[in-house]
Amino acid sequence: MSANQDDANLLEVRGLTKTFGTLTACDHVDLTVAKGEIHALLGENGAGKSTLVKMLFGTLEPNSGEIFWNGQAVTITNPGFAKKLGIGMVFQHFSLFEALTAAENIALSLDDGSPISTIAAKARALSYSYGLPLDPQSLVGDLSVGERQRIEIIRCLLQTPQLIILDEPTSVLTPQEADKLFETLERLRSEGKSILYISHRLEEVKRICDRATVLRHGKVVGHCNPRKETAASLARMMVGNDVQAVVRAPAQGIETAQPLLEIRALSRKPATPFSIPLRNINLTVRAGEVIGIAGVAGNGQGEFFESVSGEVSQQDAASVRIRGKDAGGLSITGRRLMGAAFVPEERLGHGAAPRMKLSENLLLSRHATDGKVFVGAGGMVKSDAIYAAAQRIIKAMDVRKSAPDPEAAALSGGNLQKFIVGRELDRRPSVMVVNQPTWGVDAGAAAHIRQTLIELARSGSAVLVISQDLDELFEISDAIAVMHNGELSKPLPIAEATFEKIGLLMGGAEPGHAEHALETS
Amino acid sequence: MDITVNILLTIATAATPLLIAAIGELVVERSGVLNLGVEGMMIMGAVGGFGAGYLTGSPWIGLLAAIALGAVFSLLFAVMTLSLATNQVATGLSLTLLGLGLSGMMGTSFVGQPGARLPNLDIPGLTAMPVIGRLLFGQDPIFYISIALTAAVMWFLFKTRTGLTLRSIGDSHTSAHALGIKVIRYRYLAVIFGGACAGLAGGHLSLVYTPQWVENMTAGRGWIALALVVFASWRPWRVLAGAYIFGAVWIGQLHAQAFGIPVPSQLLSSLPYLATIVVLVLISRNKRLTMMNTPASLGQPFVPDR
Repeated sequence: MSANQDDANLLEVRGLTKTFGTLTACDHVDLTVAKGEIHALLGENGAGKSTLVKMLFGTLEPNSGEIFWNGQAVTITNPGFAKKLGIGMVFQHFSLFEALTAAENIALSLDDGSPISTIAAKARALSYSYGLPLDPQSLVGDLSVGERQRIEIIRCLLQTPQLIILDEPTSVLTPQEADKLFETLERLRSEGKSILYISHRLEEVKRICDRATVLRHGKVVGHCNPRKETAASLARMMVGNDVQAVVRAPAQGIETAQPLLEIRALSRKPATPFSIPLRNINLTVRAGEVIGIAGVAGNGQGEFFESVSGEVSQQDAASVRIRGKDAGGLSITGRRLMGAAFVPEERLGHGAAPRMKLSENLLLSRHATDGKVFVGAGGMVKSDAIYAAAQRIIKAMDVRKSAPDPEAAALSGGNLQKFIVGRELDRRPSVMVVNQPTWGVDAGAAAHIRQTLIELARSGSAVLVISQDLDELFEISDAIAVMHNGELSKPLPIAEATFEKIGLLMGGAEPGHAEHALETS
Repeated sequence: MDITVNILLTIATAATPLLIAAIGELVVERSGVLNLGVEGMMIMGAVGGFGAGYLTGSPWIGLLAAIALGAVFSLLFAVMTLSLATNQVATGLSLTLLGLGLSGMMGTSFVGQPGARLPNLDIPGLTAMPVIGRLLFGQDPIFYISIALTAAVMWFLFKTRTGLTLRSIGDSHTSAHALGIKVIRYRYLAVIFGGACAGLAGGHLSLVYTPQWVENMTAGRGWIALALVVFASWRPWRVLAGAYIFGAVWIGQLHAQAFGIPVPSQLLSSLPYLATIVVLVLISRNKRLTMMNTPASLGQPFVPDR
């Protein structure tokens, strides 16, 4: 950009390349981070952002390329060396130890050997000075995701780094918590620190970042000033072409439509000491509508999904009703036979058996509901029929794969998710419950999945979507309810829902609070 | 009175090898490694301890040989599971089978030979005191080592930074690796420490408990030690309690059988196991505490991506 940039560069990366087998995760990546700037690293899932920062932090070894730190060529062989240089990192999937206290977690990443009590006092003081209050004695397993991120940030700041790398920091925060984080980042910038900010959320990048480097399929496709770009132009750089917008026709006559999924006073005790109980949840999903459930991760969404899908059955049979019949005591298969379909959050090991072929995975989830088609006399499996059905789903959902019928683990996350969603859609279920439908899925595939969910609802099914992605929920839902600490708020019709209202509920405002705000507005 | 003291002494002798082997395995498991080869390492310690003591005439050299053989044997497990990332359960089981077979072969010429026994402590003036003299100052040296070891491991795990690091690796090796902690190096040291402890426990059997070599003389004690670690929810003082409960009921039922109590001997023989499980389950009722102390990455091989 300018001539005097060279001496102000804190970090410079030239031609950094990393391959995993035949996949080139990072392909000759160039990047510079100046002193005192917030630099965005933009890209879709799988674009190579995480691989790049892992190489900068020494947890991955590059195949080729150079890294310059303050103008000096360096080889970062391990995280300890990166820390010594002055690089701090806040991980996307937190690197915290659940069974230890906040102070112990912080102590583990410091090498000074001072007693835990001293470290706890320092951490507490620093956390309050940045407005990120933290109790050093609390057990990490008991903390919310937002609080855990505070520990990560405080731990990073205690090492007095010159460069702080944040990997998708807001993906687990409420909008209000994210605002708090941006304030902290701006303060750090004013103190002269540099920040490498990894995200695929364009609005926040436009808001806080000074420069951006955009990655696509492991290659740098451009450097830009995000403030001068629009969200659409940034998205085009990230994806490579225009992303088809999701179309949602307004739902008609929902109030009188038949309720297909009813949850009545559903409660559940915590299964493990670190899990969340469900507290008296009530919800009705009618034919033709999409209800979204928002919430910060770990507020009972997983427990709720297990209870609705039948992975955990209920004592009270009337607590889950499908198409007007009690289903609380039934297993997953029993509920599937009533016309319901479920897509769990984890794709590998939960939604699909990784080492089995797609056709075999199809049989696993539909052997009961489609028994006549897939299983013949004497329990013999009709391979041809299953193969044909799998191919039909692959075609309908545009699943990209390398073999006609590959193992589930051989597919990329997005393509496997398309197959799993397609497997359930193919049955034309009258009730569809999906947990994190597009987590880790690229923008094009995500738009496709969202569109098919809306279309399923409009064709007369009830669709319930649990998601951490607020943009997604606003795109597809007719009403949004919020889960916080095992409680579910009343669904807010989409016309009345705003990011702010939903954010307040996610942060634990009284369930009545948002309704009250509605009345006065 | 003398009978009571004698019984208490035999209880301590029965509990000591279990305690030492279990404390060693506790450190191994706290680092996230499950070594099912305790029985095998113990029997190697037993044959090595007896052999070195018998050949040199010095039970002290026997003791050192037992520790060394257990450690070297565990190194085999460490190389397989840590450097080559083999399955820990399968490797541990084969270590036990290998140990039992190898010790039998090494010990053929020792069968029936009189061994060297480690002398009991004898402090003039103190050991001769009535009742407590023999209990506190007149036992075999390994008894004192076992108590000191338990205290030391407790202090190490919960009071030192290195102990904290070890526990963090057991909780999540990926997080530890991301912080720059040398996961594999810590685990090597933990496994070798566990092996040394198992070897020492085996040495106790052939140098103190019954100073002779009998094939398969560990008789399942390695497995009991393994179970103790789990039932004690990976807490050192509970391992100590478990080992002594087991020892006490074991000795108690032996005496009961000798008295000819009209209860089937099989039932009496199963009592130590039952009693230990019941007591340790009762003290582990607090689910939260158990969860906190369970090494979450136990048994999972760690392969850092490079």
